[in-house]
Amino acid sequence: MNLHEYQGKEILRSYQIPVPRGEVATTPGEARAIAERYGATVVVKAQVLTGGRGKAGGVKLARTPAEAEAAAERILGMDIKGHLVRKVLVTEAAEITQELYLGAVIDRAGRAVTMMTSPAGGIDIEEVAAKTPERIYRVAVNPFLGLLDYQTRELGFELGLDGRQVREFTRIAQGLYRAFAESDASLVEINPLAIGRDGGLVALDAKVVLDDNGLFRHVQLDARRDLEAENPAERQARELGLSYVKLDGTIGCLVNGAGLAMATMDVVKLSGGEPANFLDIGGGARADRVAAALRIILADQNVRAVLVNIFGGITRCDEVARGIVTALQEMPTGVPFVVRLVGVNEAEGREILSQANLITATTMREAAEKVVDAARRQATLAGARRGAA
Amino acid sequence: MSILVDESTRLLVQGITGREGQFHTQQMLHYGTTVVAGATPGRGGGELAGVPIFDTVKDAVAATHPNASIVFVPANVGGADPIYEATDHGIPLVVCISEGIPVLDMVRCFHYLRLNGTRLIGPNCPGLISPGKAKVGIMAGHIHRPGSIGIVSRSGTLTYEIVNELTNRGYGQSTAIGIGGDPIIGTSFVDVLALFKDDLQTEAIVLIGEIGGTDEQQAASYIEREVRKPVVAFIAGRTAPPGRRMGHAGAIISGGTGTAAEKMAALRAAGVHVAETPAEVGDLIESLGVSRATSPPASS
Repeated sequence: MNLHEYQGKEILRSYQIPVPRGEVATTPGEARAIAERYGATVVVKAQVLTGGRGKAGGVKLARTPAEAEAAAERILGMDIKGHLVRKVLVTEAAEITQELYLGAVIDRAGRAVTMMTSPAGGIDIEEVAAKTPERIYRVAVNPFLGLLDYQTRELGFELGLDGRQVREFTRIAQGLYRAFAESDASLVEINPLAIGRDGGLVALDAKVVLDDNGLFRHVQLDARRDLEAENPAERQARELGLSYVKLDGTIGCLVNGAGLAMATMDVVKLSGGEPANFLDIGGGARADRVAAALRIILADQNVRAVLVNIFGGITRCDEVARGIVTALQEMPTGVPFVVRLVGVNEAEGREILSQANLITATTMREAAEKVVDAARRQATLAGARRGAA
Repeated sequence: MSILVDESTRLLVQGITGREGQFHTQQMLHYGTTVVAGATPGRGGGELAGVPIFDTVKDAVAATHPNASIVFVPANVGGADPIYEATDHGIPLVVCISEGIPVLDMVRCFHYLRLNGTRLIGPNCPGLISPGKAKVGIMAGHIHRPGSIGIVSRSGTLTYEIVNELTNRGYGQSTAIGIGGDPIIGTSFVDVLALFKDDLQTEAIVLIGEIGGTDEQQAASYIEREVRKPVVAFIAGRTAPPGRRMGHAGAIISGGTGTAAEKMAALRAAGVHVAETPAEVGDLIESLGVSRATSPPASS
């Protein structure tokens, strides 16, 4: 789960990491009021769960309350990479001399939390890693000991900080590590960690990603999920316990198992089609869950055909078949279905589907080719209808 | 031979009285696995399908001497606790089926187990099967048959798909092992490759990977250096968008790394035969002239 910058900064603040004061506004008037109260130059920043806000024009400097209002006017309602801006953070501007990077990530290969820092702050760390990897310094955190002070001192001196700054950097790095560990994060990033005119360090941005598997013990963090920023279908699927990711294609996919679901999308693409979604119904799905999954797929207006690919094990083919029949009875659709059922109770499943007038297939490749073909015919039909009208 | 589990496996089931634990204990018994004990706190003294149940792993170990354990305890109930319980009582192989253990718990668990020399398979995995010998997992036994191909995978149903493809073409498996779909898992591709390369029954290896992380790239460099047996690979997720988690907690392209394309390229460069589709895994195995299975399919 991704947090907004303002939410991330609240967490950093609670670990005594210096963050300029700031508040959230949802209207230009609110932005103006905040700037008036601060009586200082502010930055108005779009709060969306995606990177590249600056390049998209979602971050503006405002010297007066009127400028803050105008900036908020322009930014609110903006579309940044498909994310609608509903909130801005109005935060006091800082005069800075240098931008650093500080972050904690899970290093999968090293099976450890790694602290990373770089003197090349203010740009994407991925870009630094690609172009000047020697400008990134790392230490691995021992899971039993936690981050040690000497490790943060090493990082601080590698960054070229002076003795006083290194002490401050150690405090910030320790706070960041504790924030990471105590909120079950998978990423906490301060970019930039700026050096101010006075030589002090201040966090000017915050990116926090929480481990979904850890949310059950962080109810107060889970409650901060921005439901409006989530795709409605993905939100509905999550609430039903389904893994669903919406894509831009025309072929709806309903599969059991994440690996098989990805492979099914890949084979659809190889067969000349574009998948409309990733959807894993999970192990042991019953008919009602299958029906719910199909409703989500069919609600996507781009879907021209649906491919159901089930390898029965814990999931029984007859349950899936019943779910398909239920969904089709509830919401009759002109969208063609190609169904491939293999494994446990496959014969019973086929029997249930035989009355439903669906296209069947025995192999994945055959199923993918049939569904691509069916989607093309649907598109032609739709085109003809539009032509007639 | 085969790896990790066989006729000598004496299995403990942790969380034996839950819905999944009960069902799969019966399935494993039916397959012929020697299940010696179950453990569920507060249910000691009972039994399931003739398997005695103990309150603690400690009691189960003292009475029945298991040499492997399978964990069904839900992650939001036990987290990594059942894994610690098994390793602290000396069980050398722990297979964790449970999905949803927080990644920071697994970081600690991984290093603790390494200190203790326990081998963990998973979490969030289907387990493993040495066909005709033992099934320690939740896969359908009847699609497997004994044979010469070692299979290692991050996925569940995709593995069944490929096993089925191979079995239908007459190729059996030495051991098929699902290592799990989480970012931090106990046993990596490289660990399993090291076992398959020395296993006499295994003539060829099938590696089934997916987007996220660099485990496949590490496997590629290990194969290039150490593995003389032919390896066929399939990588799922070529159409997955970056930054989105595709079902498995570990299946995510982050910061532009972990794509299917880079994994396929690394494997190809290491001399691995990379299949475009699951079915092509079968074509490639056929082209390698691997021995077909001689024994009939095991009963379900």
